[in-house]
Amino acid sequence: MSIENFLIMRHELILTVAALLILIAEISADEGKKKSVSMFAIILFSIATIAGFLPGHTGSLFGGMYESTPLRLIMKNILNIGALLVFIQSVTWLKKEENQERTSEYFILLISTLIGMDFMISAGHFLMFYIGLELATIPIAALAAFDRYNNKSAEAGIKLILISALSSGILLYGLSMIYGTTGSFYFNEVAIRLGNSNLQILGFIFFFAGMAFKISIVPFHLWTADVYEGSPVNITAFLSVISKGAAVFIFIIVLFTVFPVILKTWQKVIYVTSVLTMTVGNLFAIRQQNLKRFLAFSSISQAGYILLGFIGGNQTGMASVIYYVLVYIFSNLGAFGVVVAISNATGRENIDDYNGLYLTNPRLSLVMTLALFSLAGIPPVAGFFGKFFLFTAAAEKGFYLLVLIAVLNTIISLYYYLLVVKAIFINKNENPVVKFRSDFPTRLAIGICVAGIFFTGFASIVFEIIRDLSFGV
Amino acid sequence: MDILTLFIVIPVLTMTGIVLAKDIKGVRITAAVGMGIQVLLSALLIYLYIAARHSGNSAEMLFIRDIVWFKSFNIHYAVGVDGISVAMIGLTSIVVFAGVFASWEMELLTKEFFISLILLATGVFGFFISIDLFTMFLFYELAVIPMYLLIGIWGSGPKEYSAMKLTLMLMGASAFLLVGILGIYFNSAPGGGRLTFNILEISKITIPISAQYLFFPLTFVGFGVLGALFPFHTWSPDGHSSAPTAVSMLHAGVLMKLGGYGAFRVAIFLMPEAARELSWIFIILTSISVVYGAFGAIVQKDLKYINAYSSVSHCGLVLFAILMMNKTAMNGAIIQMISHGLMTALFFALIGMLYGRTHTRMINEMGGLMKVIPFLSVCYVIAGLASLGLPGLSGFVAEMTIFVGAFQHPDLFHRIVTIIAVTSIVITAVYILRVIAILLLGPTTNEHYDHLTDAKWYEKLSAVSLISFVALIGLAPFWLSSMIGVSLQPIISKILAFSPF
Repeated sequence: MSIENFLIMRHELILTVAALLILIAEISADEGKKKSVSMFAIILFSIATIAGFLPGHTGSLFGGMYESTPLRLIMKNILNIGALLVFIQSVTWLKKEENQERTSEYFILLISTLIGMDFMISAGHFLMFYIGLELATIPIAALAAFDRYNNKSAEAGIKLILISALSSGILLYGLSMIYGTTGSFYFNEVAIRLGNSNLQILGFIFFFAGMAFKISIVPFHLWTADVYEGSPVNITAFLSVISKGAAVFIFIIVLFTVFPVILKTWQKVIYVTSVLTMTVGNLFAIRQQNLKRFLAFSSISQAGYILLGFIGGNQTGMASVIYYVLVYIFSNLGAFGVVVAISNATGRENIDDYNGLYLTNPRLSLVMTLALFSLAGIPPVAGFFGKFFLFTAAAEKGFYLLVLIAVLNTIISLYYYLLVVKAIFINKNENPVVKFRSDFPTRLAIGICVAGIFFTGFASIVFEIIRDLSFGV
Repeated sequence: MDILTLFIVIPVLTMTGIVLAKDIKGVRITAAVGMGIQVLLSALLIYLYIAARHSGNSAEMLFIRDIVWFKSFNIHYAVGVDGISVAMIGLTSIVVFAGVFASWEMELLTKEFFISLILLATGVFGFFISIDLFTMFLFYELAVIPMYLLIGIWGSGPKEYSAMKLTLMLMGASAFLLVGILGIYFNSAPGGGRLTFNILEISKITIPISAQYLFFPLTFVGFGVLGALFPFHTWSPDGHSSAPTAVSMLHAGVLMKLGGYGAFRVAIFLMPEAARELSWIFIILTSISVVYGAFGAIVQKDLKYINAYSSVSHCGLVLFAILMMNKTAMNGAIIQMISHGLMTALFFALIGMLYGRTHTRMINEMGGLMKVIPFLSVCYVIAGLASLGLPGLSGFVAEMTIFVGAFQHPDLFHRIVTIIAVTSIVITAVYILRVIAILLLGPTTNEHYDHLTDAKWYEKLSAVSLISFVALIGLAPFWLSSMIGVSLQPIISKILAFSPF
């Protein structure tokens, strides 16, 4: 490989090196200095994130199996930002007695999933796509079971691995049909040879179902709440934001580049699943008491809104999907950041526990409120812009009814987000969360999220850059 | 920086000042100074506006400022005002100013209260100066969401329920509005060309009729909910009665006007054909609002509920007049918005002051207050008389103009609904006079109230600032109505271009 080729794959290669370096650091660190591993990992990863933003080389490798385009680089960078935030949020949690000795495992596993996601996003061939997908999933299952003294965590891990295996099976079955009818696994060749035969449509449906498991689209969402609840909070944050974002990214690329021929078919499928996903996610979220489950269901409904960007098959749609994922990373990680901080300090995770939070921890309360408003799509925070653009993308192709359903759904979501706001500001509590000062990494992560929530909305440049790189069917 | 952007910048600076303020006193003074500057600024704006008109500037909107925001969607930060928005801005700044003084004694979480209150005001100011549908919608939602916390934290009674109901209903309205706005946007260039959110540009083209039929009702209902359109008015009585004083003032006085203003500026101005064809449905609904609200006020015992229903009635009249779609009635509608805004803010301020002394809002528990607290009582009588349309006060000018305008329609349907709507004047007189009689006149029924103190300086300031404008509009309405009339001209001519008469 020439240096050019290395540069084209720089995201994956840097991360691989980082994982190896962390391993070496782990081996060479003294018993008492394991804490410094997490600092080392974060510095390495920050370098990797920054390196991703440098003006990059693009092109294809391995005979077209691996493709790198400016659009895909942006997607990887967005995921890197999110992962960096999760890393920083994890520091406090990793300092705990039972986690300390496994710090490097934690980072190596997370980085390997990221490598998998990067390969997946850069795929130009279904096999590459599949390998990336598996590499992205399996370490996450190990992480979900990270909390080894907790039965729920073990359950989450096993559920996640079983569901992943099942959905991969379904996905592969669909791909085999597509291969059987087109004779190729290269995205561009499949796109040309794809007709409108029933077998191909069946193959697409299976493929869709497989992806729907990963993005947790209704009716393939049932694993989500249990896994999210059982996993350690940081992993829940990672699952709900980064994993979902990566799956959304590759899904929209594949839909727009491989399946434009059957646009009419997948529009119908997405129409139905989108309505179901929003509505079911929202209705279930209303009933949740545990904040992790609450955010799990809210993230299901968010996936429903994201599908609105898919449905038009237009450039605006792709741009708003990518933009929304970015906004969603900041908003959801902001909310999770508060949950993590409070969970670390007091171990409390229920909505009731947040009663009267404003009186004891006003700053965390404000961040939580902002993040929830952003998730609900209330101005002036970025979620408003994200949702507005998603709806615009769907309306551009005349899906006004769908937009109306989606906006009415945001009202439902506003209701349960306001329940948390109500707990924080209005409800009285005899035994509120005690006043505490969170440590530097937590504050840093939350601060970045808040800045992101404001900046990505008001600064139109973010959207315009994404939009210029996006494409339609 | 242009003068219109200052209307957003000053509240933001005021909020920053409040955050930095050290104690409650500092918070109050910062809020008062900031909103005082806002009043002066709107006076300056009115002056500049009239001066510009006198010097012969006949552009539709003045002080236009247009900055590209999201290039790919053609979203701009675009502001500009005509006589109507100038009048609404003036109203808003007075009501907010009075509202700050009406909540002078706020003890609980003072800082947060004033920040939310001014955030709400920011949304309202932004809404009135926007001429871009996107920014308009953004400011609309920005004005609605602080209401939840304002009512939920500082309210009384079933505040959590009311706050949630109000927020969800208004946000639900914005759902319809959003679809309507998107519909307008995607039909804003029927002949090809660049799509736009700019109201002035859209008004130059004709949106395809089939699209108008789809999106006019959505937009009108979206704004109508905020203007208490029957049957979507139910958030209003609950919300007003649970809200703290200043919030009721702002909400009934200003926020509900967003509905009327939007319905008129967006729904009717941009889609006049559909408005012409479908107006009968909404005329019926608004006449129900007018009469139902008035009857609702009769049977209530709680002062705030009485005024909330009275607001439903009066705001229904605004929408009713707008739907008449002729110059006289629309002129009346704008004056009614301003008149009702001032008068109802005065009402709610006075009710808050009464409640602060008597600790009840039930009219049958009070009586003979005129002897004990004459200043507040007289103010209350003035507000009541303005509400029932006594000549010399603003309500008379507004209602007179509206009904004259409505009666200009020669056909039977319009005549009948006008007659029905006019009956509300009588009903209004009944409930206003009844309250005045029970509450203020006669012997004092409760000896606990014998030693109430009359208004303090800040309460007087709050009430007098509102009353003076009620009287000003009542005695000299023509400067206002000519300012509005000039600005109505382009709208009317757009409507007339497609109408049979």
